[in-house]
Amino acid sequence: MAVFNRVESERKIEDAIYDEVILAGDGWMRELEPGQVLRIVDLEGNQAADTLFFDADNPDDHYSAVATITGQTNIYLSTGSVLRAESGKELLTIVADTCGRHDTLGGACSAQSNTVRYSHDTLPMHNCRDTFMLQMAKFDGKYEKRDLAPNINFFMNVPVTPDGGLMFADGVSAPGRYVEMKSISKTAALISNCPQLNNPCNAYNPTPVRVLIWEE
Amino acid sequence: MSKQIWKKEIPAGGKWSGVVSKGKLVRFTALEEGANLSLLLYNPNDLTERYNMPDTLKAQHTSHLTTGHVLMSDNGRIFASLIEDTLGWHDTISGYTTRKLTDSKYGKTTYQEKRNEWYRSGQENFTVELVRNGLGKRDFVPVVNLFSKVFCDESGDMNFVLEHCPKGATVTLRTEMDVLLVLSNTPNPLDPRDWYPSVPVSMEVLAAEQVEEDDYCLNHRPENRRAFENTWEYEALVKG
Repeated sequence: MAVFNRVESERKIEDAIYDEVILAGDGWMRELEPGQVLRIVDLEGNQAADTLFFDADNPDDHYSAVATITGQTNIYLSTGSVLRAESGKELLTIVADTCGRHDTLGGACSAQSNTVRYSHDTLPMHNCRDTFMLQMAKFDGKYEKRDLAPNINFFMNVPVTPDGGLMFADGVSAPGRYVEMKSISKTAALISNCPQLNNPCNAYNPTPVRVLIWEE
Repeated sequence: MSKQIWKKEIPAGGKWSGVVSKGKLVRFTALEEGANLSLLLYNPNDLTERYNMPDTLKAQHTSHLTTGHVLMSDNGRIFASLIEDTLGWHDTISGYTTRKLTDSKYGKTTYQEKRNEWYRSGQENFTVELVRNGLGKRDFVPVVNLFSKVFCDESGDMNFVLEHCPKGATVTLRTEMDVLLVLSNTPNPLDPRDWYPSVPVSMEVLAAEQVEEDDYCLNHRPENRRAFENTWEYEALVKG
């Protein structure tokens, strides 16, 4: 039985200090100050927001999917999950989540992985890892390709079975569902609003997400 | 039997790194029960290319590794194929031990007190071997944990299976590209045993047969074939 842990936030939109829409297939990267709260809203439902974090004071310490899931001995992320860096450092805590479960094993699509998963002729298609690299390049060499560790897929459903299977299922999200996380120290957040057109997880139709930031 | 080229024993808590060229078998054998050998893979000719756990798992619709599976790079190519396996399950979702976890779980040990019997951590073993090869902290990615089984129940809880790996268990990789292998023989972080469970593992390198059209790993899934094709295309451009 799948467990979905849905927790609403008391933060009000009008109190946010930042409010932007990331269009389908676009990227976004910004450093969060300690205590700031980032909300990502799945505006139309079943979208995947591929997200990576870095310790902005030590950018060679990237988000670690494995340190995060072994830290809580559960592979799904939701309210209460502590998002850890490779060193084990706590970067952010999920403080609200109306979707209830997020993936961190499925990684991000790339031109190369698309050729493996779908067909060789998908090579020119827009993909998350291209978006990640384009966003990282804006930080004057602070981040590079080597920093691309496996990410979080907010709103995505990647069930793992006890006999060792893994699949990409239809999304578990819906229009307006959101996830909110508080930054513990200074943390860089990198989002690719997934442009994948070959996967049922977004119903083959990438849609916008909204990002909001609050001071503590 | 393939001709043995090289053999090494990786002791409990040990580490190793080195380049193994394309077309070789790398066979690991647990010399005692309950082994866990953590493994990272990089392209020695382009160190930014590395093992990618999500790409490996999602392309093969699996959350564990066994015969027929291939270890994929983040460039859609195959570092190595799993051609033989007596266990049926190797882990790639539970990572390596940190120094903090090693000290808190098994008791703090120091070199000053224990000399070379002090408990090594995967974090420090990998750091040393990565730096030795011109890599560093930012190059850490999820590892393969040979000989360990961690399954997830319906709620997503991760369960380590004790007594999964008997003495003598073997797994054989076949290199499909030149590979920089980085190894740490340190405990799986989810191993519940409270005494340091590392045991010695032997590593043998042998010559591999050429990959034939009926190869099991090549035909295991259409995704594997396309990853092989990407690998052959790369080889055609950089070799010869």
